[in-house]
This record gives sequence, C-alpha cells and structure tokens, in this order.
Amino acid sequence: MNIHEYQAKALFEKFGLPAPKGAPATSPAGFDAALAVLPEGPTMVKSQIHAGGRGKGTFKDGFKGGVKYCRTKAEAREAAGRMLGNTLVTAQTGPGGRKVQTVYFTAASDIKKEYYLAILLDRASSRPVIVASTEGGVEIEKVAHESPEKIVRTVIDPAYGVADFQVRDLVTRLGFNAAEGKNAARFIRTLVSLYGATDASMVEINPLITTPSGEVLALDAKVSFDDNALFRHPEIVALRDLNEEDPKEIEASRHALNYIALDGSIACLVNGAGLAMSTMDIIKHYGGNPANFLDVGGGASKDQVSAAFKIILGDAAVRGIFVNIFGGIMDCNVIATGIVEAVRELGLKLPLVVRLEGNNVAAGKATLAASGLTIVSGDTMADAARKIVALVA
Amino acid sequence: MSILVTPDTKIIVQGITGDFGARHARLSLDYGTKVAAGVTPGKGGQVFEHGPHRVPIFNSVAEAAAATGASVSVIFVPPPYAADAIFECVDAGLDLAVTITEGIPVRDMVKVKRAMLGRKTRLIGPNCPGVVTPGTGDHSQGGCRIGIAPGYIHKKGSVGVVSRSGTLTYEAVFQLTTQGIGQSTCVGIGGDPVNGTSHLDVVRMFNDDPETRGMIIIGEIGGTAEVEAARWIKANCRKPVAGFIAGATAPAGRRMGHAGAIVGGTEDTAAAKIAVFRECGIEVAETPSDMAGALVRAALARGVKLV
Repeated sequence: MNIHEYQAKALFEKFGLPAPKGAPATSPAGFDAALAVLPEGPTMVKSQIHAGGRGKGTFKDGFKGGVKYCRTKAEAREAAGRMLGNTLVTAQTGPGGRKVQTVYFTAASDIKKEYYLAILLDRASSRPVIVASTEGGVEIEKVAHESPEKIVRTVIDPAYGVADFQVRDLVTRLGFNAAEGKNAARFIRTLVSLYGATDASMVEINPLITTPSGEVLALDAKVSFDDNALFRHPEIVALRDLNEEDPKEIEASRHALNYIALDGSIACLVNGAGLAMSTMDIIKHYGGNPANFLDVGGGASKDQVSAAFKIILGDAAVRGIFVNIFGGIMDCNVIATGIVEAVRELGLKLPLVVRLEGNNVAAGKATLAASGLTIVSGDTMADAARKIVALVA
Repeated sequence: MSILVTPDTKIIVQGITGDFGARHARLSLDYGTKVAAGVTPGKGGQVFEHGPHRVPIFNSVAEAAAATGASVSVIFVPPPYAADAIFECVDAGLDLAVTITEGIPVRDMVKVKRAMLGRKTRLIGPNCPGVVTPGTGDHSQGGCRIGIAPGYIHKKGSVGVVSRSGTLTYEAVFQLTTQGIGQSTCVGIGGDPVNGTSHLDVVRMFNDDPETRGMIIIGEIGGTAEVEAARWIKANCRKPVAGFIAGATAPAGRRMGHAGAIVGGTEDTAAAKIAVFRECGIEVAETPSDMAGALVRAALARGVKLV
C-alpha cells in the first residue's frame, strides 16, 4: 500500500525525523489555513499523487510542473489553485494522468547538498538494506546505471538491527562533515526504526538534504507498506486513498480477487497468480493484448466467478474473454456452472473462450456445451489463446 | 529415489483442525501419504478422524515429533501465527517445514529466516503448493503429498519440477503425465520475496538425485533467483533442463498476485531471465503449453531417455 508524501511526512514527524514544515489542503478554502502554519517567504507547492516524476510533469491544461518553488505565499496560493482539481501527467502516471485532490505546502529550504536515502528488502539476502548516495535529487536508477560507485549499500542483520559501525561507515562514505554527520546518523537510525515498526516495504527519501547550518532534512518522502502486514496496522490502513486506485481494482479486492487493469482488449479470468500471468503472456504470444491480470485464487467460488465477470465487463475496452482454469482440487463442473450462470445473468454478448482442465473436467465441459450459450471450448492453453485472439481480431 | 521426501515419510500437519488444513490432510490421507500427527495448540489429545484413519492431535510440534517420529511438518496456520509455527519446527529440530500459508508479513519471514541460520530445518515456502513425490499406485497413489497439489495428476518417474507458482506447476506436471512422462519429485518453492528454499537449492538436489534424469524450472518476474540457478546449471549440471518464465507482459512496478512477482529493475524482467536461460543451455518453453515439450526437446538433444 502506498501513501502520499504529506502522510509520510506526518509519520516522519511522529518518529522525530526532521523535514521542512508543511501542511496539506484539499480545497482552495483550505489554502490560507495551511499556509498560516508556514513561515513567510519562499514556499514549495507539491501535488499529492501516488506517482513519481511530479516535478517534471505537465497538467492537462498545459500548466507545467507538479512541484513548484514560489517566492511568496501569494504565489504559492496561485500555483496551488492551478494544481488542485487538475490532472497531472508524469512519466509514471501513463497518458491518462492523475487528478490532484490534495496539494501540500512546505517551507522552501536552503539546500547545501542533496543525497539519496532508502531502506528496502534485499531479496538476495532476505534482509533489509540501506541504500544511499551522494547523488540526490535525480533518479536512483540513473545513478545506478551511470555511476554505480556512487551508491552505497548496507545490509541490516535482523537479529541485531543496524549497528553503530554501519551507520558511522555510511556517514563517512557519504562525506558528511562533523555537525551534519551527527544529524545524519540520528536520521538513519530513526528511519530504520520507522521501517521496522510500520512494516514498511520501502522508505525512500530523494532528496535528503543538508542545509548551510548543518541540519539534515527529508525534502521528499515516499513510503509503501507490506500489504501482508496491514492487519496489524489499522492506523496505516486509515491512510489509504481510494482516489488513487482503479475502481475496478477496489471492487476486486472486496471479493478477494486479484485484479490489475491493463490496456489490451482480451480480458482473462484465471485461477492462480502464475497461471494468470502466463495467460496474459500467451495471449500476447499469439498476437492479442491482455486487458487485465485476474487471479480468482485456488478455490474460486461461484460468487467470485460472477463478481469477476462483472469487473471484467466494466472495462469498455474489452472485446473478448478468456477463462483459463486448471481445477486441480476444485471441481471443474462447479466452475462451469458458475460461468454459465454468470453469462446468463449478465447477458454476455462478447466472445468467450473457456479452457478447463483438471478434476471432473468432462462434466464441466458437458455443462458448458449443454448451456446453449455460445461458449467456445479450448483444449489446451495454446488452443484457447489462438481461438480468443482470432475471435477478437 | 526422489528428493526431500519419500512415500515412507511421516508428516505432521500444523493447523489440522482448521478448514483448510483439515481438507488437505484428508486428501493426503486418501493419496496414501503417512499423516502421522496433527498439531493444534489447546486440542492435544483429540483425534482427527477420516475414514479408517485416526490421526492423533498434539499441542506442540515437539510433542508430535517425539510421539510419532515424524520429522517433516506442513503448516496451514493463518498468516499472523505462521512465522511462529515455522520457528516451532526449527526449535523441535525437524528436517523439513513446508509452509503453505499465503500472506505472511515480510518482516516476520525476515526474522524467521535469520533465526533458522545454522539450524538443521529446511523451510519450503511460504505461499507455496508444497511437495509431491508420486507413488506407484493408480493415479500415483501411495506417494507423499505435502500441501495442496492435486495428487492424481502425477505419475511416478524421472523428471524433477521446481516452481514458484502452484497452478503453473500443476500445468507442467499434467503435461508431463499426459505424455507418459513421470516425475521424481515436484517442489513448489512459493511466490513470496523471502522464502526458505530457492530454485538453486532444489536444482542441486535434483542434480544429485540419480533417479532424476531431467528437470523443469518454472520462474516468474521479480528477484534474480532463476538467474542464479541457471548460471549454476551451466557450470555444473549435465541433465537436460527446460525452463519457463511467467510475466513477460506484466507492467513494471505492479505486484502480480504473488508478493514477489514484481518487476523492480532491468534484471528481474521475464525477457532478462529468458535470455540468461538460453545463454545457460536451458531449453525455453515459448508458451506455458510447451513446458513438457521443451523438456522432451532438451532430453533428445542430450540423448537422455526420460521414460
């Protein structure tokens, strides 16, 4: 689960991680109250969306920059007015962009130098790793590609936590002076605590800055959390912003379905994540384009199948449906019955190819054939994929 | 032979009184697997009954192991308590803990994995379908079925299968069995980013197992575990190997069902992994329908008989 920058900064404040003073607003009426919290003078206005590349983004009406430096509060108020309710397109949002529903005002800081600091899971060692760089304010992927020697990594032993010598080493390698170093060390330790205590899957600060007076501040903050651990963090679940999620994905999660919208025309309904991914792949392999990833789970019930069909059909770009079920344990006939019911109930007009395999498959296929509906049967995944691609073409 | 478990392996089922655990304990008993004990804290002394089978339930893994001699456990415990259930197996000194549970917090797995260092217990999973060593009976009955895989699709034989995905494993096994090719052992290592046993761990075991004559490796986007296994195969393995990677069409940065199936960089994409497979002499299945076919081609090229 992702949260907005202003929410991450509030979390930082709770843990004692220094960041420039800031306040969010969700309507022009709230601008004055938010700005009143900040000192007079240069102010940053930041669009709050769950996507990176905001600064270089462009709004649908041509207004440039989702993050603006303003010399005065009056200028900030005006920039915020242009952003709020407007749709911001960045390298990460896709061409549709995201509607800005919250703006965040912060005091502009005097920057001495920018750094990069993140904590995430190192899959190779199955441990958290601190990743830092003297090259802040630019994409870390770019640094990794062009000057990998400027990235330092320290793996944390989960039995002991981050050790003093590791923090000292990081601070030295990043080249902080004595005053900055003390603040940076405290910052790193606190960030490690936050990462653990909140079950974060990633915290990323880009840039982390030093000021001429030796302060170390988080100018930006990106925090995402492990979905598997949300059950023990109701305070984090409360931060979820449904405006940032695809309504079809929200509906799917209500039915314990795993759905991800894509931009193709062939919808898929599959049991199992690996099979669902490879169903998308095989559609592409035979020249089609998948409209979604949809995993109904190992024990797909009739209700789930019906809910899944409704979600799929909510996508106007869908021109055909491919159902791919390997019923290892579950009865293929139960699935077939669920499909027939859903198709009848929804009055489905689009081409539908079903590939059923596994337990009680003969009865399942018979149910589909006896339904009187135009359901095309595929014998193998490849056969079914070729059929749906041909029907949609 | 087989790897990890044989038809004689006795198993403990942690969470045997829950719906999920009970259902699969029954299916394993029907398959002929030696389910020796169940564990549900607070229900020690009760008996799990299924047809002619009477499986004693214990309060702890240590008690179950001591009373029955079982050294392998399968965990169906809900996510908040699953890491503790794994650690209980480690503490009891079991050989193998197979964790089916999906949705265990990553931080819990990081801690447990650290706690397992230097201990004898091997962890398979979590978020996996388990392990099957097929038996010699009808529809491979009499084998060792640990977890949730459909037993009847297997056939005893000489191909090893290792995969991060459940349904894709069944797909591969079904293709092999349909073509008359049996399996030595099928291992689902799970779709989570932190797991106990890697592709490489299983590949090494298959390589050392004289009865395994070829193998299928099924991977997906995210992480670099398949690459590590492929490089080892190139340097050390003479057996024919076929591979498939799911997720070529997955958008970057999105979690595709499995917690670990997410493209984070340029090296964990399907295309990158497929390229390494090819470079390492692994016969790549072009589509998921071609997994058994790819292994047959690899075996032909090396003059190895799979049947």
